Amino acid sequence: MAHVLPDLPYAYDALEPYISKQIMELHHKKHHQTYVNALNAAEQAYAKASTPKERIALQAALKFNGGGHINHSLFWKNLAGSASEGKGNGGVLRDGALKDAILKTWGSVDKFTAEFNATTAAIQGSGWGWLGYNPSLKTLEIVTTANQDPLLTHVPIIGVDVWEHAFYLQYLNVKADYLKAIWNVINWDEAEKRFAEATSGAKL
Amino acid sequence: MSFLTTIARSATRAARPATRAVPAASLSLAARGVHTLPKLDYSYDALEPHISGKIMELHHSKHHQAYVNGLNAAEEAYAKAAAPKEQIKLQSALKFNGGGHINHSLFWKNLAPQSQGGGELKAGPLKDAIVADFGSVDAFKKKMNTVTAAIQGSGWGWLGYNPETKKLEIATTPNQDPLLSHVPIIGIDIWEHAFYLQYHNVKADYLTAIWNVINFKEAERRFVEAAKSA
Repeated sequence: MAHVLPDLPYAYDALEPYISKQIMELHHKKHHQTYVNALNAAEQAYAKASTPKERIALQAALKFNGGGHINHSLFWKNLAGSASEGKGNGGVLRDGALKDAILKTWGSVDKFTAEFNATTAAIQGSGWGWLGYNPSLKTLEIVTTANQDPLLTHVPIIGVDVWEHAFYLQYLNVKADYLKAIWNVINWDEAEKRFAEATSGAKL
Repeated sequence: MSFLTTIARSATRAARPATRAVPAASLSLAARGVHTLPKLDYSYDALEPHISGKIMELHHSKHHQAYVNGLNAAEEAYAKAAAPKEQIKLQSALKFNGGGHINHSLFWKNLAPQSQGGGELKAGPLKDAIVADFGSVDAFKKKMNTVTAAIQGSGWGWLGYNPETKKLEIATTPNQDPLLSHVPIIGIDIWEHAFYLQYHNVKADYLTAIWNVINFKEAERRFVEAAKSA
């Protein structure tokens, strides 16, 4: 079954001025599309592989492109046009279970985003910052994954791409400004949905 | 001193004031190595149209500078660290920023504007070795580009001299890991900041273009030195 590039739930310019239209177009139509194409090619090759050695040789391509597809699919959904710009529900964390859990763990939403941004900015290379739900400890935690590794140890609640292609055209080397800005377009409603599903006892 | 330290030190030496006796009190400073951003041998726009002036300026004055600052901070902290556990905690900062400083220092020197010979591989020992080990110069460039483009994440593509096999080989390092298994002859930065403003997602175009500004004279100098000391 071939994977397809999911449509964005919004127009390419919907996240402006926080993430530019140019970035969104390239990021979705070029970068994510490439992961989809390569994942399909890798899976095709894997289906034809007849020995463990051949299959193992394909693992890196499956992980990189599969992870790229998973991560970006989650990413588009946990972004939304900013409410303050009147473009969507982005940036608004409503009262509810997720907000309570964040306040319980970090004391305030500001303290959470500050720690999230510091941790994510500190990734040495390409990767992703995540707010994840630890199903064993039943807590929210900030974790990172390298390159396109998918988040496996936690249920992904919010993912933030810090590959340079995610921000460079607009923010240049100033990663910190991108990380500050993105909170205006984080889709907290989607995050709440994921959190509710994670805490309802659904498997990882 | 290791070859890599030599490169890093010589790269930083150029940026220090011409004459200044080092007072005894600052010997510990020298031991910790206050690293500085090396100057480029060419202006920011000299590599155009192959690498834009805007990229060169950001890459040098922001990205490389950040590695230099990060390295100095990590080394200061390391000098104060009292226990192995503290020292080990600092290893990743030393590797990331130290590697970033080493790699970029090598990079600036293995680039040159065409007016300074960039892109030209003259007849000589390096050309002979490339033809011997890869079949042709074009075959070498093609392989280097394919291998470098295939890096999954950030990293570097290298033409390296393998001191065991005494052959030229293509190697890659992830993130800012320095090349340790080979003597670096040519390094190519494939972090997105190295090309994105100009080439966007089309990495392959950057890799095709960069060969116009590769400083083969410097590469040959490194190769001759490596082959000598092997």
